Amino acid sequence: MNSPAHEERASTRGAIRIDDVVKIYDPDGAAVMAVDHCSLDIEAGEICMIVGPSGCGKTTLLNAIAGFHEITSGTITLDGEVLCSSAKPRAEPGSDRIVVFQNGALFPWKTNLENVAFGPTMQGKLSKAEVTEKALGMMADAGLAGVEHNFPGEISSGMRRRVEIVRALMNDPKVLLLDEPYRALDSLTKSVMHEALLEIYYKNKVTIFFITHDLEEAIFLGHKVAIMTTRPCKPKKILTVDIPHPRDYSVLTSKRFRELMEETNEAVHEEALKAFQAGEKEG
Amino acid sequence: MATGKFNLRSLARGVLSIVVFLILWEIGSRSKHWLGADVFSPLREALGAMGFKKTYLPWIGAVPAPTEVLHAWRSIITDAGYWQSWYMSSFRVLAGFTAAMLIGIPFGLLLAVNRTAFGIGFPVFEVLRPIPPLAWVPASIIFWPTQEMSIAFVTFLGAFYTIVINVVGGAKSIDVRYFQAAQSMGSSKWDIFRRIILPGTLPSIVVGSAVGMGITWEVVVAAEMISGGGSQTGGTGGGGLGFFIWNSYVGGSYEQIVVGMISIGIAGFISSELLRTLGKYVTPWLRLR
Repeated sequence: MNSPAHEERASTRGAIRIDDVVKIYDPDGAAVMAVDHCSLDIEAGEICMIVGPSGCGKTTLLNAIAGFHEITSGTITLDGEVLCSSAKPRAEPGSDRIVVFQNGALFPWKTNLENVAFGPTMQGKLSKAEVTEKALGMMADAGLAGVEHNFPGEISSGMRRRVEIVRALMNDPKVLLLDEPYRALDSLTKSVMHEALLEIYYKNKVTIFFITHDLEEAIFLGHKVAIMTTRPCKPKKILTVDIPHPRDYSVLTSKRFRELMEETNEAVHEEALKAFQAGEKEG
Repeated sequence: MATGKFNLRSLARGVLSIVVFLILWEIGSRSKHWLGADVFSPLREALGAMGFKKTYLPWIGAVPAPTEVLHAWRSIITDAGYWQSWYMSSFRVLAGFTAAMLIGIPFGLLLAVNRTAFGIGFPVFEVLRPIPPLAWVPASIIFWPTQEMSIAFVTFLGAFYTIVINVVGGAKSIDVRYFQAAQSMGSSKWDIFRRIILPGTLPSIVVGSAVGMGITWEVVVAAEMISGGGSQTGGTGGGGLGFFIWNSYVGGSYEQIVVGMISIGIAGFISSELLRTLGKYVTPWLRLR
């Protein structure tokens, strides 16, 4: 792995291997296959973007890694250790894999600071004063100075997302699992959030498993982009983005970015069309 | 929802509406003097001829005027018995309501978090819930050794069901992502209960207790009327505001009936306002919405 895209990655932990994973939902005996023999390798410290139409089964994969849902068969390992397999269908949720949810899951009854401090407080690794100090430091780093004592409901949705990412990083995770975190944001806020995420990433070098349906977002952020088929979900095309990090927004207008967009657009559109037609049949 | 901001114009509107209401009421009840006592007698006779009872025609003239009510109020405002009625009703409401909170909140939480408890407890709860608290009055009088306890028990029932239903509903509607997030970050079961379920249910507890408090006042007054207001304890004041109204009716003091009614209105308003303030204090994150 000596391609230029990987040079700046120093992380040695957080490698995820998804091997032949199948997930069949069985509501009322009608077996629905959500994930179909899906295999995917994510290297330590890599930003891996999972692109696919809504409802294709991407989130099922994320839930399996996080330990929220069971898998039917296959194996998922993190740094060589089995998270879940046929023998142990459900992974144990843990602070080495933290999810940032689609619509956000900051606790509304806790201030932003209390939210950010939640993980280390629960784990009891640090004293209260140390936790607060670390939380304040990380919030300041992420441009969140001044909102520490506000409730999540008092700040903008873009800021809330940032608080949630900081809350996740406070756990010192190996992997960040992001489930369309910027879906509800307007495109201007989104562009700011992308650069902010990269900035946070360059400081923390954590593996990122990022679900989106936005191809532009995927290519801009990712080292690797996995385009998934619509339900059942498996990789249709895996693209290595050879634009060097650190990136900023000028990348979006570069020639290489355009080429990569063109290369993948067709595949994404095809799946979106399939998903749409399937939706019509069901509806 | 109130804007929370002090608004002079809406205050003026509120005052105006009350003043107009009082004036219309005053005019209405004095109308019998102006019109003469029997201005409606031909109509009554006609109705009588059609087979109706002659007294069936309602008219606001039978209601004492606000000035008369005020006068009656002034004459009893120094009466210890009147304040004793306030005290008794408030005490019963507070006792029943507190008991409903102390029993209802843990019970509701237990039903919400434990599937076995829910399976066993909820069906019984749902069968008993539709029985109006007032239907419990006779059974309650038989069961409890003192009149006082039976009234407190019925009052308790009034708030209990509402509180339990709200707690169960509130706890069950907490977003699953909060549990998942807390679990990922290493929370124990106890942490999840204390830091997710309790605060997540708090808004519903506040709503449930506000509604429950309203029902408590309705119930206590009716229970006092039906059970004779614990009047065996002696004195006129032992019966509470409900018995005060009933007693005024029996004694033919119609002004005092209205005094009693307004007193309950004020008492209910004060208790809701206190609860609302307390509710805002314990759920500071909801103030911003």
